[in-house]
Amino acid sequence: MTIDTIDINTIIHNYRPEKRFTLAILQDIQNKFNFIPKEAIFIISDYLKVPASDIYSMATFYKALSLKPKGRHIIKVCNGTACHIRGSNTLINELTDLLNIKPGETTADGLFSVEIVNCLGACALAPVMVVDDKYFGAMTKDKVIEVINEYKEAVENGK
Amino acid sequence: MASRKILVCCGTGCLANNSFDIYTRFLEKLKDTNTEVIPEIKATGCNGLCEKGPVVKILPDEISYFKVKAKDVDEIVSKTILKGEIIDRLLYFDTNSKKKIVSHKDASFYKHQHKIALRNIGEIDPKNIEDYKERNGFEALRKVLFEMTPDEVITEVEKSGLRGRGGAGFPTGSKWRTCSKYDNYPKYVVCNGDEGDPGAFMDRSIMEGDPNTVIEGMIICGYAINSNRGFLYIRDEYQLARENMQTAINNARKHGFLGKNILGSGFDFDLEIVRGGGAFVCGESSALMASIEGNVGEPRAKYIRSVEKGLWDKPTVLNNVETWANIPPIILNGAQWFKQIGTEKNSGTKVFSLVGKVKNTGLVEIPMGTTLRELVFDIGGGIIKDRPFKAAQTGGPSGGCIPAEYLDISLDFDNLSRIGSMMGSGGVIVMDDTTCMVELARYYMEFLSEESCGKCTTCREGINTMLNILNRITLGQGREEDIDLLISLSETIKDASLCGLGKTAPNPVMTTLKYFRDEYMEHIVDKRCPAGVCKNLTSYSIDPDTCIGCSACARKCPVNAIEGELKKPHVIHKDKCIKCGTCFTVCPSGAVKIGGGLIESYNK
Ligand SMILES: Cc1cc2nc3c(=O)[nH]c(=O)nc-3n(C[C@H](O)[C@H](O)[C@H](O)COP(=O)(O)O)c2cc1C
Ligand code: SF4
Ligand code: FES
Repeated sequence: MTIDTIDINTIIHNYRPEKRFTLAILQDIQNKFNFIPKEAIFIISDYLKVPASDIYSMATFYKALSLKPKGRHIIKVCNGTACHIRGSNTLINELTDLLNIKPGETTADGLFSVEIVNCLGACALAPVMVVDDKYFGAMTKDKVIEVINEYKEAVENGK
Repeated sequence: MASRKILVCCGTGCLANNSFDIYTRFLEKLKDTNTEVIPEIKATGCNGLCEKGPVVKILPDEISYFKVKAKDVDEIVSKTILKGEIIDRLLYFDTNSKKKIVSHKDASFYKHQHKIALRNIGEIDPKNIEDYKERNGFEALRKVLFEMTPDEVITEVEKSGLRGRGGAGFPTGSKWRTCSKYDNYPKYVVCNGDEGDPGAFMDRSIMEGDPNTVIEGMIICGYAINSNRGFLYIRDEYQLARENMQTAINNARKHGFLGKNILGSGFDFDLEIVRGGGAFVCGESSALMASIEGNVGEPRAKYIRSVEKGLWDKPTVLNNVETWANIPPIILNGAQWFKQIGTEKNSGTKVFSLVGKVKNTGLVEIPMGTTLRELVFDIGGGIIKDRPFKAAQTGGPSGGCIPAEYLDISLDFDNLSRIGSMMGSGGVIVMDDTTCMVELARYYMEFLSEESCGKCTTCREGINTMLNILNRITLGQGREEDIDLLISLSETIKDASLCGLGKTAPNPVMTTLKYFRDEYMEHIVDKRCPAGVCKNLTSYSIDPDTCIGCSACARKCPVNAIEGELKKPHVIHKDKCIKCGTCFTVCPSGAVKIGGGLIESYNK
């Protein structure tokens, strides 16, 4: 993948060059590219006058950021306590089988990433799964299959 | 008749069940409906009973519909709106009284509640500042700016006895008092909206459903401690909360409640949202401030107090979302009013998120001192499928479990600490006999080992070691000396870790060991998980005397491990069985037994 440094520069110039905007800039970059490209770390470092090593440690510390590219659709399975005791493990196993990847990984075709997260704040609907920004409550194994197929079909039909 | 209102719940829970489609369908439908007065349609915040959502309320008739679908809208308009008829099918069925209920206010889930922090949620459109103003919004701000000195404001908060709702229960007034004494400017006001406790979502609901109350509370504090700038640190996952909060801030600026010279009083105050980065430890106050400054969110030692040296080393007041939401009503109604709610040392109410194996899951606000039994049974409607109550976890990963013998404990900060748990943010996770307490402790250790920032060795390595031990116990490789090992590790981690995360991390293990030691021993000695959760320690069999031979289990078994002729007892082939528990769940007659029949199956 080629990284457009123009995009990176546009993003960082939405913010004044103050250290406190480091996280916000990194999050915008994550949103744009689905990961934090190496180039971005140095460009931010230059702009904010913050050592690249500091930016790197932020990128590895915060869960919202990732140094590896993520898939086009990000599936988050909640394993917060409410979901855990209502059987979120079943969903995780089903996804692992279905997509042939482990949590934290991305499918070879770059379509899906699976993540396990702690509480999505919709505990009353446990177990909960979120694809990109869409919430799915009271999930079952069968519903997981349904949802994945829906997204696969949407992609096949060109979006 | 007063003008009609249709309130469609658009909190995260209901949105997940497509409530926005309901809202737009109402808009469309009513546009081309012939009524004299077109009702007002509002998208509100969360009504609390998310599991029965989407919720639609019709005022002033006080008709509440649950589990509404977009296709029900036409009928609601033609029957209820135009003819005043009630649609029976959409009414709430109260499991306690076994009756259908027209107004949600009569449901046992709502009847016992006392709403202060949640007073506006579900009643107003959070993005419309006029809705908030109609319900006394910004009146408290007006009162402090024009009728009270900063000192009087602080005294009022002190007298109310309000204690921080974010976990530790520190008196809010005295925090403000100390901060007000430092003459080191600029000072800051911070809202902790990081809500990391898995199973708690009250802060989310407040930020989404009534953002203005948080803003008002923060401006009042700014006036009291002489600060002109505030930050709202909102969890990364809470997109809707951020959006609604931003809209509310923009509107408040337009109306002169934020910015320079607020309402002509000469006082300036403004707010900014900071988006969290997705780390549990950033909910800890000093880590949160480090994160706002643009650093890695690691806590610092507690002897430096943030009221003196907080954000950018300046005096800072940091409070939780729910704490902020309590400020405007306290100022408006007075400390005395607040003090008479709740108990002596724990005044006011607390919002709990009631989740897990309970019938009515959702958000409830009750006076401090309400018993756990009232919460779980009267409000929560009891345990799903009427199974036995086993325990409730409060305080999240820092808290502990409360066994059935303490069901009558009255819930407040002090009582919960006394029995080894804590209030935390107010998450209450209800567990029945199919929850394994050892696995629960293991789960929390896994959570904490991932979330430890790694600064302290005891926390980083200690929690991990505890996790390894618990892993092996749940896998059936536990040793008898493991119990002592867990206890001694717990003590070290508690004593030698820096921040609250490490200091409280052993609580889930300590309390499960204290109240459910037998269950640990069963895992270690008998190699049996009585709840049927730890797969290595579980086996399923069918009791031939109870089996009715319906074949439901055989049809559902994913690996075809069950055999039997129709109407004759079935058998599970243990070598094929993957212990998924499907047969146990689907059996209508309770014939599937776990691990040699330690737990009887319930046939509901
Ligand atoms: C590991 C850890 C996580 C915390 N997470 C939160 C949180 O998500 N929200 C919160 O309000 N307080 C959290 N707290 C408590 C805060 O440190 C702080 O005590 C609280 O926000 C103060 O506000 P209050 O006095 O209004 O409760 C956490 C504490 C620790 C040690
Ligand atoms: S106790 Fe744990 S989370 Fe807290 S500062 Fe130490 S290592 Fe970090
Ligand atoms: S525990 Fe899963 S949404 Fe809260």
